[in-house]
Amino acid sequence: MYVAVKGGDAAISNAHQLLADRRRGDRSVPALRLDQIVEQLALGVDRVMAEGSLYDRELAALAIAQARGDMIEAIFLVRAYRTTLPRFGYTLPIDTAAMQVERRVSATYKDLPGGQLLGPTFDYTHRLLDPEIATGTPVAEPERREAEAGWMPRVSEILAHEGLIESDGELPEDHVTGDLTREPVEFPLERDLRLQALSRGDEGFLLALAYSTQRGYGRSHPFVGEVRIGEVEVEIDVPELPFAVPLGRIRVTECQMVNQFKGSAKVPPQFTRGYGLVFGQSERKAMAMSLCDRALRAREFGEDVVAPAQDEEFVISHSDNVQATGFVEHLKLPHYVDFQAELGLVRGMRAEHEARKRGDDQETREAAE
Amino acid sequence: MKTDRRQEREEAAGRKAAMAALSHAPGERLKALWVQAGLPRDAQKLRGPETGLVTVRGRIGGGGAPFNFGEATVTRATVRVEGGAVGHAYALGRDKEKALLSAIADALWQDASRRAEIEACIIEPLRAEQTTADETRRAETAATKVDFFTMVRGED
Amino acid sequence: METQAIDGGFANPVFDAQAVFRAVMDAMARPGTIQPCGGLTVPPAPLSPVAGAVALTFCDNDTPLWLDPALQASAAAKHWLGFHSGSPLAHTPADAQFALVSSPAELIALENFAQGTQEYPDRSTTLILQVTSLSSGENLLLEGPGIEKAAMLAPTPLPRHFVEQWKQNRARFPRGVDVILAAPEGIACLPRTTRIKTMEA
Repeated sequence: MYVAVKGGDAAISNAHQLLADRRRGDRSVPALRLDQIVEQLALGVDRVMAEGSLYDRELAALAIAQARGDMIEAIFLVRAYRTTLPRFGYTLPIDTAAMQVERRVSATYKDLPGGQLLGPTFDYTHRLLDPEIATGTPVAEPERREAEAGWMPRVSEILAHEGLIESDGELPEDHVTGDLTREPVEFPLERDLRLQALSRGDEGFLLALAYSTQRGYGRSHPFVGEVRIGEVEVEIDVPELPFAVPLGRIRVTECQMVNQFKGSAKVPPQFTRGYGLVFGQSERKAMAMSLCDRALRAREFGEDVVAPAQDEEFVISHSDNVQATGFVEHLKLPHYVDFQAELGLVRGMRAEHEARKRGDDQETREAAE
Repeated sequence: MKTDRRQEREEAAGRKAAMAALSHAPGERLKALWVQAGLPRDAQKLRGPETGLVTVRGRIGGGGAPFNFGEATVTRATVRVEGGAVGHAYALGRDKEKALLSAIADALWQDASRRAEIEACIIEPLRAEQTTADETRRAETAATKVDFFTMVRGED
Repeated sequence: METQAIDGGFANPVFDAQAVFRAVMDAMARPGTIQPCGGLTVPPAPLSPVAGAVALTFCDNDTPLWLDPALQASAAAKHWLGFHSGSPLAHTPADAQFALVSSPAELIALENFAQGTQEYPDRSTTLILQVTSLSSGENLLLEGPGIEKAAMLAPTPLPRHFVEQWKQNRARFPRGVDVILAAPEGIACLPRTTRIKTMEA
């Protein structure tokens, strides 16, 4: 039960002022500028955009600064801001095959058209802390090499020629693309809604679930068919213009996970796929998403649903960190009246328990006598 | 009749390409080029500039059925310039002045007598800078390409 | 045509929409009252300035809009509504969140529109009827929530057999449609909770 209680106004106002002070910290240290966050904490900005479900670097940077670096608080701020804006419409689906690629690797084919492009990756670093970053040593310009012109097909297109892999996920012709920001979620979900939920889901939660599938909780024998990161064009149809309007470009990470499948009565043995698509440079998230997507397709393939990662309602209902933090953190808000009621209840039960015990003791004594 | 339709198509393609250059442009760069060219800033605002959201769609597996995967901020404007032409602008982000100038540019572009000026002073410089930036990025990425070679093992 | 179809939206979208919202909210809360709502928009015919203002206040990309045949026939009106509100057109009246009606006298039966569900009665169509007057039609006696004793309204033109249709609408409660009357002198509302009697009855 919730009862309005007054009296906290001054304390709340002073707490906010104190928060502002602590956020700023030592005044002799220069204040962070948003462009510094955008440029130098870029992957943190990307995470806030992905899970805040809003592509806007400056806003994500502002949210990180305001939240003192608390990522889930920053994501919460971005989600709250989103709701204040009118919606102009849905873009045309982005074409990741036409991406301006900044990184692209495949674990399944060594020599694939377009090649393996490592890009700005942490892979192959030694994970040794670098004191030069602490001292602000100037950084050299990157190397350049003449780029080969040419099409860089998605790996799935290469395998598709042999018929050994399922096609891109199709939904019935008359299917209306679901949108969980507009309609309440009702289980079971179609794959489009599941992917939307996963794309904005908590990276840590999805990572742990993805890991659980590798450790045997719903095994899916995965290979990274391809991870690609880069910029794609975004266009939208509007009534006032006879062509799709170009809006600019966004950076996304795409993962095609290829999974073994032993076949079923309906489907011959072949490779199946999990898909990940996330705002920004966010390889871990895209990979975890693709593993979860595949695990959640268990029913579709007639596989036994035995592991948490295969349980759609469990995964989707708990993947949103704004919902999760809201419900967990609300426990610290005043529950004085609830607790008083519980206290009365426990006292009553305790009294009954003791009375019963006294009665039992007496019976035992009487029986003994 | 046939040539009319082709002309119309070409004109639409040219207009779309100009709008693409404007939407990709950093706001500060567009504002600087605008001042440099001494182009007019006043126009009748018919809608906006206003900021809103678009829901971005991808495709399952890259090429399958569409799904929504997040929103992006977009700012748009519609204006009428002297002479009556109506211009539209849409661009990612929240830069209202950029949207306003882009809409004026789109309106002026539709005026055959101003098109060359807009192309030369605004669109071409923006496009050239974007091409250079893309080429640089591609070259930097290409330098991280793995050149596999196979070690020969054993005799012969 | 393009020029006509783009001009005449809200001059100050935020404040204008707030003013119209306030007028409609007050009119809904006190059925029978007339809330002034001057010419904030100049839409193409046959759409009226007040009906246009109500449409731009409530309709957006997420609200499918149904147009009556007279509006449907006007490319300029459709373009204007699309440009300023972004509303998609509803395929059928049952898909519509809002219905914009320029000729109420020829309107199809109210039961064709979305009535909401028992669980979600809010998912019904709100009809925006463009009337020429709120005082020169047949006198209607209104009773119900938001009306202390009784209120009077005389809108014209109204859909055929409106009082009878409204009785049926009441019978579907909590389902049922709500009506916004957009007249040159202002806005009046008939929420589904209002009971209507004619004077002679």
